[in-house]
Amino acid sequence: MPRVSSSDHPLPVAQLSSIENLLSISELVALVLQALEAKNTLISWFGRPTTSGEEAGVVVTAVLLTPEGLCVRRAHVAAGSSYPSLTTQFPAAQIFERELWEQTGLLPDGHPWLKPVRFEGVRQQHINDYPFFKVRGTEVHEVGVGPIHAGVIEPGHFRFMCHGEQVQHLEIQLGYQHRAVEALLLQKPPQRLSPLVESIVGDSVLAYSWAFNAALESLANRPVAPATQASRAIGLELERVAMHLATLTGLATDIAYLQPAGTYQRLRTAIINASQRVCGNRFGKGWIRPGASAPMGEALRADVLKTLRAFLPDLQQVNALMTSSRSTQARFKGVGTVSVRAAQDLGLTGVVARASGMACDLRYTLPDGLYAAHPPQLLTQATGDCWARVRQRMQEIEASTQWLMDRLADPTLNLADTRDPFAQTSPSENWPLAPNAQVVSLVEGVRGPVMVALETDASGQLLHAKVQDPSLANWFGLAFALRKQQISDFPICNKSFDLSYCGNDL
Amino acid sequence: MFQSLAVRKAQGTQFIRDLRAAQPGGFRGKPLISDQTCAPNCRLCQEVCPSNAIELKADHADAVAIDLGRCVLCGDCAPVCPSQKLSFNNDVKLSATTRQGLVVTAARPHIDPVVMSAELHQRFGRSLKLRSVSAGGCNGCEMEVNALSNVNFDLGRYGIDIVASPRHADGLVLTGPISRNMMAALQICWEAIPEPKLVIAVGACAISGGVFADSEAIGREFLDKYPPSLYVPGCPVHPLTFISGVMDLLGIA
Ligand code: SF4
Ligand code: SF4
Repeated sequence: MPRVSSSDHPLPVAQLSSIENLLSISELVALVLQALEAKNTLISWFGRPTTSGEEAGVVVTAVLLTPEGLCVRRAHVAAGSSYPSLTTQFPAAQIFERELWEQTGLLPDGHPWLKPVRFEGVRQQHINDYPFFKVRGTEVHEVGVGPIHAGVIEPGHFRFMCHGEQVQHLEIQLGYQHRAVEALLLQKPPQRLSPLVESIVGDSVLAYSWAFNAALESLANRPVAPATQASRAIGLELERVAMHLATLTGLATDIAYLQPAGTYQRLRTAIINASQRVCGNRFGKGWIRPGASAPMGEALRADVLKTLRAFLPDLQQVNALMTSSRSTQARFKGVGTVSVRAAQDLGLTGVVARASGMACDLRYTLPDGLYAAHPPQLLTQATGDCWARVRQRMQEIEASTQWLMDRLADPTLNLADTRDPFAQTSPSENWPLAPNAQVVSLVEGVRGPVMVALETDASGQLLHAKVQDPSLANWFGLAFALRKQQISDFPICNKSFDLSYCGNDL
Repeated sequence: MFQSLAVRKAQGTQFIRDLRAAQPGGFRGKPLISDQTCAPNCRLCQEVCPSNAIELKADHADAVAIDLGRCVLCGDCAPVCPSQKLSFNNDVKLSATTRQGLVVTAARPHIDPVVMSAELHQRFGRSLKLRSVSAGGCNGCEMEVNALSNVNFDLGRYGIDIVASPRHADGLVLTGPISRNMMAALQICWEAIPEPKLVIAVGACAISGGVFADSEAIGREFLDKYPPSLYVPGCPVHPLTFISGVMDLLGIA
């Protein structure tokens, strides 16, 4: 499923020196604007400072999703310069341009909302200096919550600017979880990074480790066995089921409907315990390693299949209980609505974008391996409210469970002939990586596309690692969803988005 | 109504009756170090370890030491060892009351048992309210802390609960390596918890920095000032590791 490419035509590894000359920033901006005009998707816009041997400045990478596949284009821009902000025409670029500016100093001229994303580098510990938007007027008041919240949840600050009872604007300030992950990825040999990669976002372990290892395998030109691909897809879908269940638990709790909450909890326990029996860890840590993936022999396969067969009817039963309740409908319907137009403009992605009616799902649009052979159903909702996000998650769990059961019951599917991450290895084996190459790898995780982009220098050493969680773009969607709502709607809006703080903060 | 009854019937009884006896199937838990001699000059396990958890003492009979305060139970050291010295069992009882007690070797295969505190038993043995602070973690430990109160583990049955306000708390459950950006908020939260109070360090991140220990974006001075009463290893911690550790610490029968 991860699609690895560095040109219009998906290639396993793109040698930058041979396939492209770096564009000028104005050429790249024009190319991106044209692509966005033609309704393509800007997956990412990121950069790195140049290193010794390069002309001083910033190398900017644009990743676009077009009907032909991924398109990756790069530009060099001299130190201390700026470029006309994309955001002024396409708001979806806002967070990428902010991040690029924060990480490299490259100024997007005319950006309407140029604020730090995560207070990294020299800005660490200056997080209290965040320049909040101000709403002025009589009866205007502000409510600030966090970074520490009431529940067991990651830290972040939410500032509600209200007029009377209504939220006019919500500003979400993140960065508290910043661990400098991208820098850490350059400190150890890439083949030993899996445990770190698995802890970038601990509820999306499979998505991150698959995206990272696919990029690495591509740079090393070491395609994996079909059984390895298939095992990874099985793990990823189990992760999707488990994490959507965690969100539904939270949503049921937030509306004080305790019976479904308790039921979703125990159903999730059954799934993550099955993952543990496959790979040794309830969150899928250890499932994927370079060139390897947890093998599933007959017994394990039957075990997981049995778990899923017992799970599905109980899941359907509790979903029916939850959705048929009038008070549940009353609480979720028409709250926190993001129209399809707004979702597109804001560049929302993944499950929340699908709940607003956007037909985006990489398992469907860029299928590979098991997903190409057995396309999952593309599910969307029409209404874009909390109810739609609840329904979307319920349907995705049911679809993934059915898909998993079909795959596991298919005797022609080989899940055993994959290199076992814990089989005796000769560890001195160090894969040479293609020099001067950049690889972009994408996996549709539970929240949406997880991206890992790796770049090597002339000697084949990792030069730059870029990681991107779908939450990065989606946090603004949550802020938008709160407009003209009440503060008391925040918990269900927040939970229905269920975005990652550590994935944003890195 | 009937739907609700049907869901109730399907739910059955979910709680784990004896939390201390439970053994999670397939869990990669405690590292076991055999007394095989290491291959000459071999440092492979140390080299692959993502969190510097392995100490090697060459020419020492008890050559390999694994620090469970750093170990993320990733398992990567086992397959690279040419002497096949390392393996894991599904033991969840990994908590200790001292930092040093978390180190295992071939000659010292067990983590020091959690020492029951008479003082804590007397004060909190029937009710312990904890405030959780996530400070730079990956949300894995946070999800497992949440799982403590689910229908399966139901830690509330022993009066142990996670509470919303630090003012209502007897202690702090710390997860994450403490990012610099969270240092101030963590300190404020700690100060808001009334005395007497304790710190429980949950997960490799909180205990040692875990896989983020070498990051320039973390600052761990807090733990120098307020040493934990209990260390709960794992990445993420298994709920049963937390539960058995806390029950032993409080002397809950
Ligand atoms: S299992 Fe523990 S000791 Fe072994 S490599 Fe992983 S973190 Fe290091
Ligand atoms: S110890 Fe592991 S699971 Fe826990 S927060 Fe740290 S990285 Fe995540």
